[in-house]
Amino acid sequence: MLPVFRGLLWGLIGFAIGALLTALVRIALGMEPWVFGPLFFVGYLFGLAGWLLGVGVWDTWMREFLGMEPRPYKEEGWRRYFGFNTDHKVIGIQYGVTFIGMFLLAGLLAMAMRIELMRPGRDIFDFATYNRVMSMHGFLMVLVAVTAVPGMFGNYFVPLMIGADDMAFPRMNALSYWIWPPAAILLLLSPFFGGWDSGWTAYPPLAITNEPGQMFYNLAFFTGGLSSVVGSVNFLTTIITMRAPGMTWGRVPIFVWSIFMTSIMSLTATQFVGVAMIMTVLDRVAQTAFFDPARGGYPLIYQHVFWFYSHPAVYVMIMPSWGIMLEILAHFARKPLFAYRWAVAGMAGVTALSFTVWAHHMFTSGMPETLHVPFMATTEAISVPTGLIFLAALGTLWRGKLRFKTPMLFALGMLFNFLIGGLTGVFNSDLPADMHLHDTFWVVSHFHYTILGGGIFGLIAGIYYWFPKMTGRMYNEALGRLHFWLMFIFFNLTFFPMAWLGLHGMNRRIGDYPPDLAGMNMFVSMAAFILGASFLIFVYNLVVSWIRGPVAEANPWGARTLEWATPSPPPEHNFPRVPEVLSGPYDYGVPGAVHAKV
Amino acid sequence: MKRHSVLIPTVLTFLLGIPLAVLLWKAPLLPPNAVREGDLVDFLFRLIAAIAGFVFALIVSFVGYSLIAFRRRPGDTSDGPPMHGNVPLEVTWTVVPLLVIFGVGFLGTWVLFEIDRPKPNEMTVRVTGFQFAWLFEYPAYGIRTNELVLPVEQPIKFEVTATDVIHSFWVPEFRMKIDTIPGRINVKRYTPTRIGEYTLRCAELCGAGHYAMLARVRVVSGSEFLQWVAQQSGAQAPEETLSPLAARGKELSDQLGCLACHTTDGSPSVGPTWKGLFGKEEPLADGTTVLVDEAYLRTSILRPGEQIVAGYQNIMPAYEGRLSDEDLEAIIEYIKTLK
Repeated sequence: MLPVFRGLLWGLIGFAIGALLTALVRIALGMEPWVFGPLFFVGYLFGLAGWLLGVGVWDTWMREFLGMEPRPYKEEGWRRYFGFNTDHKVIGIQYGVTFIGMFLLAGLLAMAMRIELMRPGRDIFDFATYNRVMSMHGFLMVLVAVTAVPGMFGNYFVPLMIGADDMAFPRMNALSYWIWPPAAILLLLSPFFGGWDSGWTAYPPLAITNEPGQMFYNLAFFTGGLSSVVGSVNFLTTIITMRAPGMTWGRVPIFVWSIFMTSIMSLTATQFVGVAMIMTVLDRVAQTAFFDPARGGYPLIYQHVFWFYSHPAVYVMIMPSWGIMLEILAHFARKPLFAYRWAVAGMAGVTALSFTVWAHHMFTSGMPETLHVPFMATTEAISVPTGLIFLAALGTLWRGKLRFKTPMLFALGMLFNFLIGGLTGVFNSDLPADMHLHDTFWVVSHFHYTILGGGIFGLIAGIYYWFPKMTGRMYNEALGRLHFWLMFIFFNLTFFPMAWLGLHGMNRRIGDYPPDLAGMNMFVSMAAFILGASFLIFVYNLVVSWIRGPVAEANPWGARTLEWATPSPPPEHNFPRVPEVLSGPYDYGVPGAVHAKV
Repeated sequence: MKRHSVLIPTVLTFLLGIPLAVLLWKAPLLPPNAVREGDLVDFLFRLIAAIAGFVFALIVSFVGYSLIAFRRRPGDTSDGPPMHGNVPLEVTWTVVPLLVIFGVGFLGTWVLFEIDRPKPNEMTVRVTGFQFAWLFEYPAYGIRTNELVLPVEQPIKFEVTATDVIHSFWVPEFRMKIDTIPGRINVKRYTPTRIGEYTLRCAELCGAGHYAMLARVRVVSGSEFLQWVAQQSGAQAPEETLSPLAARGKELSDQLGCLACHTTDGSPSVGPTWKGLFGKEEPLADGTTVLVDEAYLRTSILRPGEQIVAGYQNIMPAYEGRLSDEDLEAIIEYIKTLK
């Protein structure tokens, strides 16, 4: 039996045990036993444990713990992707396929939203359904933005780029991926239990009084967070301890640095959102009243705890893409990465400051006024380390020998979009201006410029850049360029007008709007449909090229980092022997410089 | 190879940046401003827009110039020059933004203190948000309404709160929004300067009827305001024709916010009007019709989602468990009187 099926079966058994135990406890306490909330909550936790045991934890750790011979998952061909495989390259592809699928699904929901918003009034959804679709779109996209790049490229390329044969903890790596399917199942089931209509932020008291589908969101977020923590421990350990001889901190490729900083944020902040999720569920199923003012709770605490994670999380979404962008700019400009140390310092500065800015999401919440000026100052200060990323990009392009292949086009597109995303963020950071902009389409425009225009453009740049390495096949360059131009132009035509809509009174998360905004909304919808259609080219290109694209050489780009010094795709243990690193990865134009001996 | 100078992109930066900054400073990017405090907000917005415009021009000029001047010539397989960094540039690139940001932050702080400063002769208005309507109370006059009427040039202190979930008080022409949070009173100050009609929109996602959570805002002259006050005070005197139960129902429908969505004079609104509702045949969304009797009203208040009237959205919150039997009877009794 494929481990996925055994995992499902054990998961269901776990769910039944958890739910029954809860019912028995409730009977013993003289309470009504068959109440959905508590049974579902405890059932899910048992089900999660059952799933993980079934999918691989039993075969590996548990058998070892009980003194039996562990049974590692060794399969070839397509079957290797459906079990507890510990090869970091398999895990990278598992993450990639899962999250690109999730991205496309969430994109379809965005298309549905734009159909509804094409004209004022009610078209295909009532308000409640619109809110549920919007919430699902937002949350799926947040999961994609947080997970796709570290999950796919972090797992695949961090060991390769530092000259290691795998991650430090391969079994934990597999665990971090296999935690995800229960979260995905929860989200797919949520609509059958009323869905949730409180957005991806799910502020109580709304999130403790709405449909039970809300709990599916809470537990999915909690589960995904668990995976993030497990994954980031692994990244940090790998980068600290597994670097090849000679790979000093000053020679670590910038993408590896970006994953290092990202992991620091994921490891130390994710617990907070996990706690916020569990507190919300407890308010619903166990009468704890953390956030219910009628019973002594305080709704704003949720926002503080939630954003203490969720602001660093936006840097988790963008930082690995900065790494990809700078990596590509250096290799396609044939020049050393300009101001490498300052770029690393910029990433470190953003990481440190990211923990000190959360309350700027609450500028209109009426939090104590003493908090206003400090959070405004830290938020504005974060633009300084961010600026260093731009300096590195500009300096690298200057006097280079620029080659405009698809990955380079996406990296440059990301630079442009993120510039607009960053500059629109300065308005939000200034408290008086933010009081007008907060919770309007201005913010929708701003964060799509940073997360889609920055983070996802970086993800796609990385997909084209590393596609030949991961699949051993070359993508179609002409289709890649067509995809870029369509996506870049219609991305800007979709999201720039949204800023104007926000300034003119279109608030966020609404299924209808004042009729005088109709013209601009029609324009935005049309642009959004073409933006959506550009992904058909992308998916076609990937699928067809993977099956029958021309075979790729080991190093089609002539890039100098270590992942290109091994065949495409790399063999099981990456390198025939441990590479010896002799100088930095970006010494283009330095006579006689060699990055590493393999 | 010839040495490339930064002259061209620098000139380009100014050629592009200064007009862009001036354009963004002057362009009518924001809707009309109707409060005194909004002048400062708009000033700050336009200032940041101008700076952002210049920075945009700087980056785009250098990147754009690079893309044209430094593209690889066909057949050229050489690498670029090994430039690893430039410390004076790196330091400048850190210090200058820090100074700009410090300046903008300082101005932001100053504006913040200015707009939050209490003013003499403030009139207090209490705002309560609930799913999905607004209630305004004028303690000085003892008035409660669903329409916000403000005298021009009168400083107002809004004390805002909510009864169920978080909402947010936002009139785009008043610029500053403030969340209304159950169990907490938030304060915001505005001085209306422009006579006119505006719309209050809820800006914090609060459930199905979030978009429909609107209220009419009128800024009127001082004398008109006093007239309106007199009219409202008269209107709120108890009507002797109602039975005590129906009078209690009327009071409850006002307090609970029913009247924000259901009119009593037959005019259309978010929900079906109550005038002539009792005893009528209502067409439902599922194609059937129902006779509006006590049982129907009772179900529709406790579990509104069960029988939706055709043409209306399912946005009314369920009152099951939130309304005592006596209160429910009173409201139904009141609806019956609206022939």
